[in-house]
Amino acid sequence: MLKILKYSFYDLIRSRWSYVYLIFYAMLGTVLLFLNNDLSKAIITLMNVVTVLIPLIGTIFGIMYYYDSREFTELLLAQPIKRSSIFLGQYLGVAISLSASLLIGLGIPFIIYGIFTSPAIWDFSLLLVVGVFLTFIFTALSFNIGLRNENKIKGFGYAILLWLFMAVIFDGLLLISLVYFDEYPLDKFSLIATTLNPIDLSRILILLKLDISALLGYTGAVFQKFFGTSSGMIISLAVLIVWVVTPMYFIYRKALRKDF
Amino acid sequence: MIEIRDLHKKFGKNRVLQGINLKFDKPGITAILGPNGSGKTTLIKSILGMVIPNEGMIKVYDKNIKSQWKYRKRVNYLPQIANFPNNLKLSELLAMIRNLRQLPAHDEDPLIELFELQPFLNKKLGHLSGGTRQKVNLVLTFMSEGDMLILDEPTTGLDPVSLVRLKELILKEKAKGKTILISSHIMSFVDEMADEVVFLLEGKIYFHGSVKALKEQSEETDLERAIANILSSNHA
Repeated sequence: MLKILKYSFYDLIRSRWSYVYLIFYAMLGTVLLFLNNDLSKAIITLMNVVTVLIPLIGTIFGIMYYYDSREFTELLLAQPIKRSSIFLGQYLGVAISLSASLLIGLGIPFIIYGIFTSPAIWDFSLLLVVGVFLTFIFTALSFNIGLRNENKIKGFGYAILLWLFMAVIFDGLLLISLVYFDEYPLDKFSLIATTLNPIDLSRILILLKLDISALLGYTGAVFQKFFGTSSGMIISLAVLIVWVVTPMYFIYRKALRKDF
Repeated sequence: MIEIRDLHKKFGKNRVLQGINLKFDKPGITAILGPNGSGKTTLIKSILGMVIPNEGMIKVYDKNIKSQWKYRKRVNYLPQIANFPNNLKLSELLAMIRNLRQLPAHDEDPLIELFELQPFLNKKLGHLSGGTRQKVNLVLTFMSEGDMLILDEPTTGLDPVSLVRLKELILKEKAKGKTILISSHIMSFVDEMADEVVFLLEGKIYFHGSVKALKEQSEETDLERAIANILSSNHA
């Protein structure tokens, strides 16, 4: 698996898109720091951008790479390599190279600004951790979509729908149901609903750490009230790990059964 | 060396293989013949574990291949369609396969020379012509020393010179005592090369035996006519 991972990783590192992604994040970080002129504020703004954009880029990049490397996959399948290592290797190659672009791209402007001497270092680290989680989650989900759809156009369609659903529609539905079922106790419902969406979960996780109750929103407030700040963070991190492992397991399972 | 028992495979409602029983236990060249869509490629891909059968069992070197992968070290496979990662250079692709199959460096140099691929070593694979891609495909297949060769339509797109070289190459491998499976539509090629013939028709084995026996059975002296005879009498 490590060999495949290495090839996928180098293949991506050499591609233009990794650099576009890296430069985009470096510019985003620089501009936000310049505009806010304050580390904590820049981190809050960044959070809003990051929780929407990282899933989008993870999804699109994941599905693009999957379809792009089909020839490579076919070549590998005839070689003495385990099937699951081919797909998990490619997946990890994409996820790691995207995470590297994110870490380096955002890291450079914040380090130059002096994040190491600031108390906001932990908030920033958490932001990066969440970004890496989201990258791994959405790349894995898009690989699953790719494995289940031979048709590229369909695959791309589903991938974009997935992102749209998680980033926009889900919140809308949640809000509507909260308003509509106003008269019932909704604590448990909104708790469960939040864990079903990694984007919401990440947002709450960061806000719990930043301790800005004004931005928490209904679900965040319930989360904080129910679990308290520290156990709330541990639980949301745990759920994020589940969100990474589950789609990876499905990649593994599908890879064993698929025909080529 | 290969034993296939009651192999079934369907894609959706399309039943491609319907109970294949085969045994290859002697070294030599076996041709897999059959009209388009008769299941040749599916059969070959099942032996390689690229297609997972619905029913039945395949043993390669006395071991069930289900979720196995190490046996592929001993099998060299030439895919029907030469698909390569387009943004790799030929030399990089060769290095990669060498690395994956743990081959010593420069093992493939005589093959590169044989198919006159030196000028393409530093070109990207996406820019190569169909025939050149097929040559690359052949180099990748023959560069590692397996015990078994499986070639899916090896002649596609080759010029006459390369075709002659390919034939020599196959005969050389045969002389080493390897088991060789070839699927092809070119009957003269089969007639010249094959010791045995497996004829697939609608996912079943219609004939398995020597080329001579097939000719005798259809009362024809020419393999092409013998096959055409079988097909037309079957569809009549």
